[in-house]
Amino acid sequence: MKFSILVLGSPYSNQSVNTALRFAKAVVASEHSLYRVFFYHDAVQCGNALVTPPQDDVDIPAEWQQISETDTAELIVCIASALKRGVLDTTEAERYEKDSSNLADEFIISGLGQMVDATIHSDRVITFGP
Amino acid sequence: MILHTVNKSPYRDNSFIECLRFIDEQASILLIEDGVYAAQSDTRFSLMLDQLGTAIRCYALAADTDARGLNDNLIERITLVDDLEFVELAARHQSVQSWF
Repeated sequence: MKFSILVLGSPYSNQSVNTALRFAKAVVASEHSLYRVFFYHDAVQCGNALVTPPQDDVDIPAEWQQISETDTAELIVCIASALKRGVLDTTEAERYEKDSSNLADEFIISGLGQMVDATIHSDRVITFGP
Repeated sequence: MILHTVNKSPYRDNSFIECLRFIDEQASILLIEDGVYAAQSDTRFSLMLDQLGTAIRCYALAADTDARGLNDNLIERITLVDDLEFVELAARHQSVQSWF
């Protein structure tokens, strides 16, 4: 069975991103597969390459990258949510004439259409609210 | 055949109460994060769970009850599940409705 996950909460602010991560790892470890993770609202900070947690804390962006590397799951960051929160890939940084970009590897900036596509092509979509 | 998840404490948010309004005999409820406080025994919220129809299954995420020190103080109605069982519950139900 194909799963997709919608994440809305801000990493390090509440538990929802951690629960979503645990669920994603469980899907990858199960007989099921993870099709797509869509990061919306404050959750786009999961794709910020400049996130630098202390050594004894969870590196949330790195944990998501690992899931994407071990599975074929796509990590999609909502473009509207990301740009206004200062999460940009190189294309968007050039378009808006910013000095630098900060989207972490494995993450892709795209639109809500990818969420619609995920609901069509997945058997289950699980939302982790803030 | 809907799996309802609730992630907010019933003491500070209405999502648990709202969720119960939409539960039918085919549904299951899974308490996660602070939502697990609804399963603490001898509270008005656990009473609401106890009064649900017997066909309705009530689950709580074990990692979350454990982290909150609730494991010895849960109503019998609750079945604890781990993350893999959470995935299986989601697979077994037609859809998952998240209350937050």
